[in-house]
Amino acid sequence: MVVLRTSVIAFIVFTVMLGIIYPLAMTGIAQVAFPHEANGSIVIRDGKAVGSSLIGQPFSDPKYFWSRPSATTPFPYNAASSSGSNLGQNNPDLSKAIGERVSALRAVDPGNVEPIPFDLITSSGSGLDPHISPSAALYQVKRVARSRGVPEKDVYALLQSHTEERQLGLLGEARVNVLMLNLALDSRVQR
Amino acid sequence: MTSNGLLQIGLYLIVLAVLIKPLGHYMALVYEGRSNWFTALLAPLERLLYRIFGVRSEDEMSWKTYTFAVLAFNAVGAVFLYLLQRLQHLLPLNPQGFAAVSADSSFNTAISFITNTNWQGYGGESTMSYLTQMAGLGVQNFLSAATGMAVLVALIRGFIRHNATTIGNFWVDTTRSILYILLPLSVIFTIVLVSQGVVQNLKPYQTTPLMQGTTAVEQPSGKTTPVNEQSIPGGPAASQIAIKQLGTNGGGFFNVNSAYPYENPTPLANFLELLAILLIPAALCYTFGKMIGDTRQGWALLITMFIIFVPLLLLCYYSEMVDIPAIKTLAASIDYGGNMEGKEVRFGVANSTLWAAATTAASNGSVNAMHDSFSPLGGMVPLFLLQLGEIIFGGVGSGLYGMIILALVTVFVAGLMVGRTPEYLGKKIEAFEMKMVSLSILIPSVVILLGIGVAVVVKAGVAGIANPGAHGFSEILYAFTSCANNNGSAFAGLSVNTPFYNLILGFAMLIGRFSVIVPVLAIAGSLAGKKLVPAGSGTLPTHTPLFIVFLIGIIIIVAALTHLPSLSLGPIAEHLQAIK
Repeated sequence: MVVLRTSVIAFIVFTVMLGIIYPLAMTGIAQVAFPHEANGSIVIRDGKAVGSSLIGQPFSDPKYFWSRPSATTPFPYNAASSSGSNLGQNNPDLSKAIGERVSALRAVDPGNVEPIPFDLITSSGSGLDPHISPSAALYQVKRVARSRGVPEKDVYALLQSHTEERQLGLLGEARVNVLMLNLALDSRVQR
Repeated sequence: MTSNGLLQIGLYLIVLAVLIKPLGHYMALVYEGRSNWFTALLAPLERLLYRIFGVRSEDEMSWKTYTFAVLAFNAVGAVFLYLLQRLQHLLPLNPQGFAAVSADSSFNTAISFITNTNWQGYGGESTMSYLTQMAGLGVQNFLSAATGMAVLVALIRGFIRHNATTIGNFWVDTTRSILYILLPLSVIFTIVLVSQGVVQNLKPYQTTPLMQGTTAVEQPSGKTTPVNEQSIPGGPAASQIAIKQLGTNGGGFFNVNSAYPYENPTPLANFLELLAILLIPAALCYTFGKMIGDTRQGWALLITMFIIFVPLLLLCYYSEMVDIPAIKTLAASIDYGGNMEGKEVRFGVANSTLWAAATTAASNGSVNAMHDSFSPLGGMVPLFLLQLGEIIFGGVGSGLYGMIILALVTVFVAGLMVGRTPEYLGKKIEAFEMKMVSLSILIPSVVILLGIGVAVVVKAGVAGIANPGAHGFSEILYAFTSCANNNGSAFAGLSVNTPFYNLILGFAMLIGRFSVIVPVLAIAGSLAGKKLVPAGSGTLPTHTPLFIVFLIGIIIIVAALTHLPSLSLGPIAEHLQAIK
């Protein structure tokens, strides 16, 4: 019986300490030290929130760089319901989806016969991947420039400045944040 | 495999190896109650806690009392967590107004989090209030980890003590695990993770406009509606992610766990979260050696873990880089750099496979890529690591006591060969110990195999399958193996938030956890009562390369005998079909 009583008391004390005080204290520190990050890395343009630099958005207009396909429901890049496709490699649905994505990219960009980087035609684990690989962005430069009627080199230069290298020169993979790139396109290379 | 990928994996292993000794040494000081870096700061708080609990720290427990305390403490936690989910709609800190969680899902989640499994049938950002996350799930992340560490320390005392009737005090071991080890590390990790972009707030979800609108398709009606906004979640995520990684819990704040950018935003965050997965389980090996007064014994077990871990990791990485046979027809149109389905660009294939191997070697179970979309052999690696019984690093505490169990099997088999009573660390291993060892190995295996058997014949089990063919079987195989071994990762295509899976997997987790803990504590009690036998000429030394090789053989044989048949029906069959 003593053990049972101790269990209840210890549990209550630990719940207050680890379930209330610890997360609230961490929230306090985070809000003071890193308010931008702690609140979701929200991107502000003209005083308005236009998204988060960590959460991708869907694009299908040829004048924008496209993000990776997203498996979230009921619409792509639904940040309130993250999900991967969970399709196995040998599931016919996966090869069918990949085939359709290849066709869609080819259809808006006739004449581009470059091989398509694989990340651009596969859905991410979260369905919210904010990035594409630099080669997936490069593949789209011609199309974006043509759709906007601007010189390729302008779009290319913007892409260069939005390419993040491996962190600390070593960790992870090089990548391009699609939302940030498209925001920059609209503000600087508008047509 | 790319050279940079291998470099990142190598760096990870080196940083991990460097941290083992200092942290392991520190933890030994903590459990021996000796003064350490934090004594001045935390000892008064520790004494205050004991006073509130009504515990005298010098009081000792027999193994039966210790076991009863473990069970009672966990039972209280389970009941509370169940009620918290059922009542969350009436409680504060629920800005999204989430409804009460269903009875079967609450049961499953309560068991999942007290057993350090953190299997998740629900999606965090669409189900759980902030209060449930913080005061329910987050608390159990600490308590279930501390329980595992306490049980390990009790077992270690079984080896150290002789002619003793007690194995320590559960409240002291738990309190010290939390106060001196888990909490300080969590505070540090939280702050670093927030700096990288992990969210930590209590605000309601924000609505932001999409740059370009899209279309929502309702299933199954196919009705479409235009969508021009995104709902961006928040929550006290960083504080919970820190402990879920450190405590080998693995339960994500968000549905897709550490693939969600708010849970794992940058490669550096990824590296540190990865480090946190194996840090404590690996360092505990040193703690073990230190406490028994022979660090070579700890290193031997640690080397065994590394020798099994690294080749499996490389197999996984390799399998995710080779061409996918199913899309051969499209090969001319594709620039293939590895299987990116279900993976995030910022991590790439190397970090995704490193995570997959680490999270299933340890009983963490968080994911940063979707294992269901791995190649057949790439997905078999995490599955096989689960089948080894969560002893390659394993859960905090639970991994090492599981490994010690297999070391006992090893000395037992060696003893049979030469016709001598086996010894381990100066203690004779006799009939009672071997009975307990057998139970702790057999019961989880039986739960896995029976559970799979039931799930593949009943309608409710088969209904959850997402992928056709052998891969569908792998989904069920993975689910039961993960739950009974208290890992918690998944082939997530399987629809498990149903009464059938919630109940059967809930029981699998419960049995898988406590059918090991109780025998381990019984062994601790029995060993503590024995006298020390000095090593003789017939004693098998347990720190030599010979022993390591023998131990590896036993680990592989025990797992393979149990699981090879089911592996051949799942991933192996799928692989052979694909390359035919």
